[in-house]
Amino acid sequence: MDTKEQLEKFIDIMARFTVYTSKYLPDDVYAKLKELRVKEDTALAKIVYDAMFEDLKLADQQDRPLCQDTGIIQYFVQIGTRFPLIDQVEVGLCEAVKKATILGPLRHNAVEVFDEENTGNNVGKRIPWIDWEIVPDSDEATISLYMAGGGCSLPGIARVLMPLEGYEGVVKLVFDQITSYGINACPPLLVGIGIAGSVEVAAKLSKKALLRPIGSRNSHPRGAELETRIEAGLNAIKIGPGGLTGENSVMGVHIEEAARHPATIAVGLSTGCWAHRRAVIKINADMEYEIISHRGAVL
Amino acid sequence: MKTKILTIPIQNEDLEPLTIGDIIYLNGYLVTSRDDVHQRLIKQHKKLPIDLAGKAIFHAGPIMQEIEGQSGKYRVISIGPTTSMRMDKYEKQFIGETGVKLIIGKGGMGQNTAAGCREYKAIHAVFPGGCAVLAANCVEEVERVEWLDLGMPEAMWVMRVKEFGPLIVSIDTRGNNLFENNKKAFNLKKEALVKEICQHVDYLE
Repeated sequence: MDTKEQLEKFIDIMARFTVYTSKYLPDDVYAKLKELRVKEDTALAKIVYDAMFEDLKLADQQDRPLCQDTGIIQYFVQIGTRFPLIDQVEVGLCEAVKKATILGPLRHNAVEVFDEENTGNNVGKRIPWIDWEIVPDSDEATISLYMAGGGCSLPGIARVLMPLEGYEGVVKLVFDQITSYGINACPPLLVGIGIAGSVEVAAKLSKKALLRPIGSRNSHPRGAELETRIEAGLNAIKIGPGGLTGENSVMGVHIEEAARHPATIAVGLSTGCWAHRRAVIKINADMEYEIISHRGAVL
Repeated sequence: MKTKILTIPIQNEDLEPLTIGDIIYLNGYLVTSRDDVHQRLIKQHKKLPIDLAGKAIFHAGPIMQEIEGQSGKYRVISIGPTTSMRMDKYEKQFIGETGVKLIIGKGGMGQNTAAGCREYKAIHAVFPGGCAVLAANCVEEVERVEWLDLGMPEAMWVMRVKEFGPLIVSIDTRGNNLFENNKKAFNLKKEALVKEICQHVDYLE
């Protein structure tokens, strides 16, 4: 394959992968929802869970995006320095999004700031959003895709706390935001928390926390313990599916951190809705792929 | 909890027996109206291209697909509710000016909307969030679209629907507000839980 053929193949794979993400939940999210569903016994909670699972079934049968808000497309790229298309990944992903928008079809979600015009193809200034991580001595690319819907992006917040507000300030901010904005963001939610020294690092880490599989834990024992405590605490509020009360509130709580400045504790919060459309694909130098997030997926 | 089918045009008498937490289904017309439609009517004083009196609006931005060979004719692919709270700012005036009777969306709305529902006899109800293919399957036909210049999500899509639901009544004609009640209960529990967790996070040296 020459570079042109490789690029065409890359665009084709990523377009179909993007469409696939809009139609099927990843394995971990599906399993967690099944686990939470059976714990509910009130009429309203059951009606909402029944609607969710009926929707997933219909989306599969009718080959349609399971939620109409297919979001702003975000790619988190871990790129090997020897991946043959390293120069063309950005161009390729933009083309893939345009193709996926027609193929899906996906909703048109990119509105240019100031012009206030919808581009109609989900590509706009700096969109699709691409986050880069360089992997030395590798010829593969691992790409996580997240469809950032409006509803689940609304509770997002980042603030810089003074150190004497302590980790207590982090806990309080999370609870305040989830019990106010979170209830409208299609619970049960996945909660991502970033802790760092400045606001943009904390915010970015809070989104990366949402990319971790449900059930995984922070690598620091205190981080893991705090995740478990916040998760149990939020669940004890019993927000329930759709905010209509129930036995639980969240699918999980994930924290990611970076060393902070002595004078700041920055905290970021991102939320994922129950329809958490996140997928991971690994592509090798021969443009062969493996979908890690959805077992048995066929593009 | 009662279950009831509402048919367009909706009368005040149809709505008055309903209470928050009741389940309803809708027959007749449903028109999408979200941020930009509210902005155009209330802030920019533009005349709506559709008469909404006695009808239902849906806070939703759908995925629509133009049917091949039939220019201007669309079919709905996916149409779940969007966050209703965004429209709270203008909703009371919107109900007053249009005479709309049923507002469908996702999550709660605030005191402004509740006041509008009480004054003009309207209700807010939620469709389960994210369940967009389920909702699309309750649409019989997309009859027309207005204000498509706003883009696919913000345009006014006029749909004929059959047993569109389940819809959970979240604000009734007396101004009772299910989500505000829930929020109060959540906040009452919150304080003690935060306090308990904070006993274990004294990590600063």
